[in-house]
Amino acid sequence: MTGPRWLAPLAALGGLLVALPLVGLIARVPWSRFVALVTSEDALTALGLSLRTSLAATVLTVTLGVPLGFALRALTGALRGVVRALVLAPLVLPPVVGGLALLYAFGRRGLLGETVGGSLAFTTAAVVIAQTFVAMPFMVVSVESALAATTGRREAIAATLGASPTRVLARVTLPTLAPALATGAVLAFARALGEFGATLTFAGSLAGVTRTAPLDIYLLRETDPEAAAALSLVLVAVAIGVVALAYRPVRSAS
Amino acid sequence: MTRRALPTLAAAVAVLAAAGCTASSADGAASPSTEQLTVFAAASLTDVLDAIDARFEAEHPGVTVVAAFAGSSDLASQIREGAPADVFLSADEAQMDTIADTLDGDPVLFATNTLTIAVPEGNPADVTGLADLADPSVVSVVCAPQVPCGAAAERLAALDGVTLAPASEEQNVTDVLGKVAAGQADAGLVYVTDVARASGIEAVPIDGADRVANRYPAAALADAADPDLAAAYVAFLAGDEARGILADAGFAAP
Repeated sequence: MTGPRWLAPLAALGGLLVALPLVGLIARVPWSRFVALVTSEDALTALGLSLRTSLAATVLTVTLGVPLGFALRALTGALRGVVRALVLAPLVLPPVVGGLALLYAFGRRGLLGETVGGSLAFTTAAVVIAQTFVAMPFMVVSVESALAATTGRREAIAATLGASPTRVLARVTLPTLAPALATGAVLAFARALGEFGATLTFAGSLAGVTRTAPLDIYLLRETDPEAAAALSLVLVAVAIGVVALAYRPVRSAS
Repeated sequence: MTRRALPTLAAAVAVLAAAGCTASSADGAASPSTEQLTVFAAASLTDVLDAIDARFEAEHPGVTVVAAFAGSSDLASQIREGAPADVFLSADEAQMDTIADTLDGDPVLFATNTLTIAVPEGNPADVTGLADLADPSVVSVVCAPQVPCGAAAERLAALDGVTLAPASEEQNVTDVLGKVAAGQADAGLVYVTDVARASGIEAVPIDGADRVANRYPAAALADAADPDLAAAYVAFLAGDEARGILADAGFAAP
C-alpha cells in the first residue's frame, strides 16, 4: 500500500523537516576535537550519570509499570479510559509542568512533607524519579496493548492444570508479553536518557549529582557550542539506535 | 485508512495556504504607517523595559517596540545565528563582546545590577550573610559559573574568601528564584532587581555587594532595519527619563 502519487512530495517535506535539523547538528560538530570533547571529564561525568539514572529509571519503570499495565487492563468501561488518560499524561505534559508537579508532590514543601522532600531535594534520586515519571507511560501502554491482544485462553488452561496465579504470570503471561516488555523498556530507557525539563525544574543541576547529559549540553552552549553539538550527537546516536532496536521486533511480528 | 485521512490532509493544506495569504497581505498593509523596533533584552530587564518602551513609543508616534527576553547568552547566540534584532541589551559586557562584529557603533552602558541573597519568606534557615552559603546544611542554589549571574557570584565569594557549597548550579537567575520561592532551597544568589519583582521571596543584603556589579550595555546592531531609530532607542535608554524608571526597579546608574 503506497497511496496516491501526490503523497510523495509531502512525504519528502516531512522527511526533510526531521532530517535537516540532524544534518545541521552534524555540520556543527568539530570533528577534529570530537573524541577529546566527548571523552572530557565533564562529558564522561554527565554521560555516566545519565546512563546510571536512566538504567535505574528503566528498572523502576518495569517494576511499577508492568503491574500498572495489568491493573489498567483489569478496569472496565469509562473508568479504564479515565485512568489510562491519567497514567499517560506525563507523555504529553510540557516537561516544566511535569517538574512543577513533581516539586509539589516530592519537594520540601510538597504533599509528602519536609522529611521526604528534604531528603530528595537536589539528589540523584530526584533525577531518577523525574525520569521514571516521564518514562512510565511507555511501559504501561506497551503492556496494556499487548494484554489486549491476548485471549486469556492459555492462562485459563494453565489454571485448570493447577498452576497458581503467580506461576501463570511467570510461566505463561510474561513470556507472551516479552516482546512488548522489551519495546516498552527500551523506549522508557530512551525517554529517561533524554529527560531534561522535569529534571531541571525538580532536581536541579550539579555536576556528578544531578547534571545529566542533556543538562550538560544546555549549559555547554554558553561556553562551547561546538562541544554541545558533539555531546548532542552522542545522544542522537544513542536515541536512533534505541528506537531502531525497539521497533524492529514489532515490525517483523506484524 | 489512507482514504479517510485524505480529506483531512487536504483541509489542513488549504488552511495553511489560507493562513499564509492572510499573513502576507497583513504585513503589506501594515508597513507604510507603523514601524517596528525589535529589542533583544536580558531577562532581568523584563518588567522595567515594558515601562521604558511605553515612554519611548509615546515620544515616537507610529513606532512599536517588540521586546524578546531571554538569558543574555541565549540572545547573543541567536544574534550570531542571524536573528532579526535591531537592538541588544545585555546583562554583562562579556556577552556583548561575543557579538562585537555585528554592532553599529560602541555599546553604551545604561545600568548596573548587584547580587543579593534571596531566601524564602520567613528565612527558614536564618541566613544572615554570604558565609552561610558555604555551610552544607544550608541548601543553597546559585547560577552556574558559565552564565553572568554565576560568574558574578563566584567573584563576590572569592573577594570574601567564601567557598560556596551549592546544591545546584542553575542555568539562569529565574531558575534560582524558582527553587527559592518553592522552598526547595534555603537561599540563592540573585540580582537585587530580581527580588523586587519576585513574590514569596525576601532579600538578605550582602555587605559590599557593590564590589561586583554587572554592567548592562546597550547597542544598535549593524543590520538594524532603521539604524536611526535603533540609535535613538539606545540614546533614550541612557537618558534621564529611562534612568529614573531603572532606578525605581532597583538598577543603579553605570
